[in-house]
Amino acid sequence: MRAYTPKDDVQAKAYYTDRFYVAPQVPKQDVSTDPVFAADLEAISAKFEVKESFIQVENMVIYINAKDIYAVLEFMRDSLEYTQLTEMSAIDWLAKDDTFEIFYQMLSMNKRKRTRIKFFIKNGDAVDSVEKLFRCADWSEREMFDMFGIEANNHPFMKRILMPYDWQGNPLLKTYPLEGDEFAAWYEIDKIYGKEAREAIGPEIRDTARVDRYDSERFARLGYEQPKGTKITGNEEPTVQSYQEEGGVFMVTKFDKDTSKIIDDPQR
Amino acid sequence: MAQIKNRLTPFFENITFDRDDNELVLNFGPQHPSAHGQLRLMLHLQQEQIVKAHPDVGYLHRGMEKMAENMIYNEFMPTTDRMDYIASSSNNYGFALAVEKLIGLEVPRRAKVIRMMLLEINRLMSHLFWLATTALDIGAMTVFLFAFREREYLMDIIEGYCGARLTHAAIRIGGVPLDIQDDFLHQLRTFLNKLPDNIKDYEDLLDSNRIWLMRMEEVGTISKEMALSWGCTGPMLRASGFQWDIRKEEPYELYDEVEFNVPYSDKGDNYARYRVYMQEMRETAKILYQTIAMYEACVKNDQTELMAHAPKYISAPKLDIMTQNYSLMQHFVLVTQGMRPPVGEVYVATESPKGELGFFINSQGGPYPYRLKLRAPSFWHTGILTDLLPGHYIPDVVSIIGTTNIVFGEVDR
Repeated sequence: MRAYTPKDDVQAKAYYTDRFYVAPQVPKQDVSTDPVFAADLEAISAKFEVKESFIQVENMVIYINAKDIYAVLEFMRDSLEYTQLTEMSAIDWLAKDDTFEIFYQMLSMNKRKRTRIKFFIKNGDAVDSVEKLFRCADWSEREMFDMFGIEANNHPFMKRILMPYDWQGNPLLKTYPLEGDEFAAWYEIDKIYGKEAREAIGPEIRDTARVDRYDSERFARLGYEQPKGTKITGNEEPTVQSYQEEGGVFMVTKFDKDTSKIIDDPQR
Repeated sequence: MAQIKNRLTPFFENITFDRDDNELVLNFGPQHPSAHGQLRLMLHLQQEQIVKAHPDVGYLHRGMEKMAENMIYNEFMPTTDRMDYIASSSNNYGFALAVEKLIGLEVPRRAKVIRMMLLEINRLMSHLFWLATTALDIGAMTVFLFAFREREYLMDIIEGYCGARLTHAAIRIGGVPLDIQDDFLHQLRTFLNKLPDNIKDYEDLLDSNRIWLMRMEEVGTISKEMALSWGCTGPMLRASGFQWDIRKEEPYELYDEVEFNVPYSDKGDNYARYRVYMQEMRETAKILYQTIAMYEACVKNDQTELMAHAPKYISAPKLDIMTQNYSLMQHFVLVTQGMRPPVGEVYVATESPKGELGFFINSQGGPYPYRLKLRAPSFWHTGILTDLLPGHYIPDVVSIIGTTNIVFGEVDR
């Protein structure tokens, strides 16, 4: 019987897991341990619903409602001196409970503090764009759309940014295989030669480590190289790779360390 | 197999004229010598003036975040080299620091000093490369040759340390793999003693050069608000009037023990960025002199450890692996299965030569990161061209791209 492989997460899995292994946790501190963070949290929770909050590795993490994101970031920027949106993106939890976790990494240069605002959205929902507050969200949200397919409402130009405009599929989803899907394998052939040429050319080999021992066209037969077009039987002798200098080379005298002057100062 | 020509219809002709208002659309790149990589700009022009700019990136996209999800932590380290390939140790370091913070490791002092040396050498290499290419774009061939000569010396030093010139992979999670070679300090000192004269040479050539000033002054001015809104970091932010350097404000490694200034300028134009880069080279030299003294103190105090001691996460020294059974078993497990950091999240920012290089890691206790987000400064320094270029003229495009110091390995990841 074939081993069961989950279809909702095709990323690499640990091949050995101890049944009784309990993973340790990165310690979380209470927000009240840091007065600056505590004041920020109090100001935010006075106006918005805060679901969870803690400090982890010097960053305050706050979970809010998805609908509040624009107002929260505006409040943080204007009243709490969080002047920069450093980074934003999503985490794919579709396999677990069909949600995405969105995070916004904020930086306050005056307070020297970093805060992470987070919320969950259901698969298929859109987030509110914060591009009006922070221009850098323009590109970040496009990247998130490109990689996860999460759209941002009120975004001026919701197009792919890193992948081609006509690409299908979202590469950072856990359901998307590392080597790419079928669309990826045929993308360039379909586009340049047309679908009818698929059989003549074959799919793009996206595994760079692949060595096909019956291939004499693509120079992939490492150590068993044959002239181009040779019919490969599989019983070829390994290619003889002799070291050229063994018996001495015509017109080339061997470098002699004792008689040569070695310049060891590269700045001569 | 013959190609069917019609199927290759390009998206975009190189130049098109809009019907109504005589607007010229010019396609710049992706193969353009002064685009510093694969940058494609669609420029809408009125006469020679740009009215709209649309940067298009992604030509070097290799999906590093996806690769990270399918690699054990140590396996990903050489991949980070390919982000900012001008200063690859700083990427190694950013990743190593993020994982160390996740695990809660303390790195031995000698390793910290070596790391700081590598980071600052990388910063010098990156800034020299920036100066060389930007000056070349603007037409100063001499500066290009001078700066590349100095960069060559630094690459030799790095090559002596780790064997590679461009993709170093010189830093490990938990420390550094090797001690510096015997003549490292001598070579570095010789280089640093010459550096002030070299920097003065560049400045003599450029500072009051009429062409350089015309191309740099009052061109590409980034206001304070714009720099904040676009998430500018590093020299881009400092040239716009913020004295913000992560090494100073949120010190990592031993940066709180060294003395250096953070150069900044209020002007925000190309020339201000040029000045900031030049001053930063001097400050970097200052730091390097201090790290040499720190390293010598380490040798004197007999602090020989190079890797942190954490058997759950870090392999034992090679001598232990070869002589002790338990260390060999640990090493085997760590190499074949990989370390399993605790469950949690971390965002760690470091000051790379280009700006704030951040690594966000979400670990679920497995040997692979569940999510890894690379915060590369150049990504937004490219995005800012959308707002920065309109109003400028065509020749300014080249000098503005030059001073933003974008590297496409980092933009596209």
